[in-house]
Amino acid sequence: MNNILRSVIAGALMVAGTATSFAACGISEGRVSIVGNEFPAIQTVANGALACAGDGVEVKSNLTADHQKINVPGMQGDPAEYTSAIIANSSIVALMNEDVIRPLDDLVAKHGQDIPQNQLITINGKVMAVAFMANAQHLTYRKDVLADLGIEPPKTYEAMLEAAEKIRAEGKAEFPIGGAYKAGWNLAQEFVNMYLGHGGEFYKAGTAEPAINNEQGVAALNVMKSLSGYMNPDFLTHDSNATGAEMEAGNVIMMNMWGSRVGRLQDDEGAPPEIASNIEVGGPLTVGGGSDPATTLWWDGWTVAKNISDADAEATFLAMKNGISPSILNDETMGQAVWMIDGYKPAAVNQGVFASIESGATAYPMLPYHGLMHTALGNELADFMNGKEDAAKTLADVEAAYVAAATEKGFLN
Amino acid sequence: MSSAIRQSPLLKLTAWSFLLLWLVIAAFPFFWTFWGSFKVEGDFFSKADWTWALFGHLTQLETGGAFTGDGYHGAWIQEEFWRAALNTFIVVFFVVTISLTLGTLGGYALSRSSYNYSFWLLIIALIFRAMPPITLVSGYLLPFYEWNLWGHLPTAIIVLVAINQPFTLWMLTSFFRNIPKDLDESAMVDGCTHFQAFRHVIIPVMWPGVITTGLFSLLLAYNDFAVTAMILSKENQTMVPKIASFLGTTQTKGNVMFAVASVVSVTAPIFVLVIFFQRQIVSGLTAGAVKG
Amino acid sequence: MKHKTFFWFVLPTSLAMLLFIALPIVSVITQSMYAPHKQVIVEVESCGVFGCKKSTMIDQDATRELREAEPLGRFVGADIYTNRNHLASNEIAVAWESSAGLGEFLGDILNLPFYRALAFTLTFTFVVTPLVLVLGFTIAVAVNSIPQMLRGPTIFLSLLPMIINPLIGSLILFWMVDARGIVGALLQTAVGDPNLSMKASTPLTWVMLIVYGVWHSAPFAFVVYYAGLQTVPKDTLESAMIDGASRWEQIRYVIVPHLIPLTTFITLMQLMDNFRVFEPIVSFNASAHATSLSYFIYDDLGGETRLLSSAAATSVLTIAGVAILLTPVLVRTWRDFARR
Repeated sequence: MNNILRSVIAGALMVAGTATSFAACGISEGRVSIVGNEFPAIQTVANGALACAGDGVEVKSNLTADHQKINVPGMQGDPAEYTSAIIANSSIVALMNEDVIRPLDDLVAKHGQDIPQNQLITINGKVMAVAFMANAQHLTYRKDVLADLGIEPPKTYEAMLEAAEKIRAEGKAEFPIGGAYKAGWNLAQEFVNMYLGHGGEFYKAGTAEPAINNEQGVAALNVMKSLSGYMNPDFLTHDSNATGAEMEAGNVIMMNMWGSRVGRLQDDEGAPPEIASNIEVGGPLTVGGGSDPATTLWWDGWTVAKNISDADAEATFLAMKNGISPSILNDETMGQAVWMIDGYKPAAVNQGVFASIESGATAYPMLPYHGLMHTALGNELADFMNGKEDAAKTLADVEAAYVAAATEKGFLN
Repeated sequence: MSSAIRQSPLLKLTAWSFLLLWLVIAAFPFFWTFWGSFKVEGDFFSKADWTWALFGHLTQLETGGAFTGDGYHGAWIQEEFWRAALNTFIVVFFVVTISLTLGTLGGYALSRSSYNYSFWLLIIALIFRAMPPITLVSGYLLPFYEWNLWGHLPTAIIVLVAINQPFTLWMLTSFFRNIPKDLDESAMVDGCTHFQAFRHVIIPVMWPGVITTGLFSLLLAYNDFAVTAMILSKENQTMVPKIASFLGTTQTKGNVMFAVASVVSVTAPIFVLVIFFQRQIVSGLTAGAVKG
Repeated sequence: MKHKTFFWFVLPTSLAMLLFIALPIVSVITQSMYAPHKQVIVEVESCGVFGCKKSTMIDQDATRELREAEPLGRFVGADIYTNRNHLASNEIAVAWESSAGLGEFLGDILNLPFYRALAFTLTFTFVVTPLVLVLGFTIAVAVNSIPQMLRGPTIFLSLLPMIINPLIGSLILFWMVDARGIVGALLQTAVGDPNLSMKASTPLTWVMLIVYGVWHSAPFAFVVYYAGLQTVPKDTLESAMIDGASRWEQIRYVIVPHLIPLTTFITLMQLMDNFRVFEPIVSFNASAHATSLSYFIYDDLGGETRLLSSAAATSVLTIAGVAILLTPVLVRTWRDFARR
């Protein structure tokens, strides 16, 4: 087939594709405006929704890393600027707290019978969001180095520490463990993982009162401290970008990494082939003899704004549903995420996320005040990791910072 | 002045070597960036060996040559950086023009008024400048969405103008103070109104100071991130937020080399401007801020 | 100038500042004294991708009435200002009672986030500002002593730290000072410690941030001073030379006094900008070792749950801080003005 012919056919297919998806959207009129983060998987979803634009149907998207700062103000107006926000399980809370998203039950009943039940995020019996992809942190390691030393890929953090000691003793790497321990959000996230892995509860049952200054909290911090002994001394400045680069440079042998990032570590960019081809994913790690792994599960999904007309809400629902329909999956988009869409074929690199889901890990807490706890952790934990304070004092500081913030927000008296 | 002073050789040597050291410190990072923008990320940000950035170890492995234009190609063509460049051009042009228009009018009046309130106006403007821009911007969001002003270039322009006014006002006021009062006063004796005096007598002599102030406004609008990142929609995005968007987020990797290539591209026009206006910058400041 | 003429001349600029700075400041001050209403929390079951579990949420129906009755929120007066995350009056009182000595008391205070941020902010401001003045002045004098034809390119290269976009500029510098970056490796060789890392210790992080601050702002002071040097009256200099003044004495007794008004201007701008130090902390990932008031605001506004009242209170405190800092300079300016 010559090139001209091929492009004509491709063009025709594209036209046909748009036409069918337009018809499949089934929107007669309405306004759809999407706000969300800007990574490729979300761009794919937004493009799927944009395909519904047509006569009387306006669809636009604003995808930016600052989406969390603008989505609440952008949905508080009446009518709201954004009819849909793409969020994760941590960030849906801000929208629920401000009461700017609507329950989707009637729209699901009318148009969404074919959406699998587990994709419907139901809170207090009402569908508030529709999830379309999953993510989790899990072990990522260099299989060649571990094989050389006869070490099994660790299943627990204790095993990881032993392995690290052996790797260091053999002179394979001075700082064999990596981790996104950058002070702030990342460090707090690692504590959340580790604390849940120890079976800890963040709050006194049913209230917003903090309860982290306990044995599990101290144990979690101590494990983090031990791990940091095998990390690059700059670990408090390393986010997932920096840790990934460390692994690609061959400095880091094992780390707890986001599933969504590993694909880019294994590709032919950034690392010499002998390193890239040996990067392998494992399951999530457990800690302290606990049965639940020390990791959290994440989903990304979409919501529909409250302060818009029912017609716009319906149009938004249909457009977003088209955005997560099987038709968006192709060779390019398949590897962008762990999709929860029919027809998704997971690659080997996604096994880490699936292993995390199967291992019974808990989802990241979806509580109205947990964002405040996460921020408090991120700000105060560095003092302990720096060696300025002991664990109990640090945890007391976290609780005090959280209490002040939660009191301001009206969660505590 | 320098010719008037006899310098001992030792002093001269000290001055020269100090200057050389400063120039290396000041300019080296930029030349390093320029060189590195033709490498791949694994080389320029190498965690293994910094000499890779010089010789392009991974660049050779990945692209087959020691230099690559991938960063530039990716940013300008694949990511359509030119759109952002166009938006930036619009924003910068209007911010500079409007700031200077408002600033010259206000600055002139402040320099010619001897009433106490003109002093207090300047002080208040200075205190206004103390407000962290990030707080201002988060305050704008809700009303801007409510009134449908959010996302448009004119909104960003007017916000940048306002945020920039205190600095502009201070610089221009001190500049106008150095233009002798006799000039416009004699024009007014001849029967001009104050505005006519301003137009026919002051405007012709004010350019050096205005150009200097304009260059500072330009740098501010050109490099602004806090305002433009938050109140411009995706299609109206300017260059700096676009560069920031190349950097990636916690859960996804960005195209850092696109950002590096864009920064080199972004810095180039400023070079041209500085070379072009070099003399005016210096002479403008000479005439202007000297009186503080 | 007549009142009326003055009014029309300053109207446009005042209007712009009134609308986009003064009004927001008023709303920020208001915001800092109101907090969101008490939230009624209910226990619910939430289900999703990864199964069901017990959770809590805000009972919107119960809080809606409160919100509609008092849309501004609940009035808390100065509570936000005095809570632990800001001025922490209670915590300081407790620390004063319980601590054995002044050292312990200071340690307790610096453990409070606001004072920790304030400590770095003030250190940064008072170290960077004079260094910028001195460095800028020295460069200006040096540039002024080289042949005319070399001055153009020199000025141009000296301006680079101010021109290059801070976002990427600091990213590249951050990598360069890494233990395996070019500058980091150079420093390790220079001090003979192969494990030296600028990013791992608090004092070195502060040094790094301060050096960056000076590097970034020195060109501003340089340009202003260089311009000022062009206007030093030649006859004064010449008569100083005839009197046998050395080069140093010329600088000390002729040039420096001439540049005092310029120094005031640079000091004013630098004090203010350095007090609001923010970008380097973010780009150098330095928050484990150094935070500033502006970083504090950024943190409040950037979390999953935004603390608007807290950010507003910190902003007001920042403005107050700048006002206090600038008072000496402003008093001086007032005297100059009154004398005029």
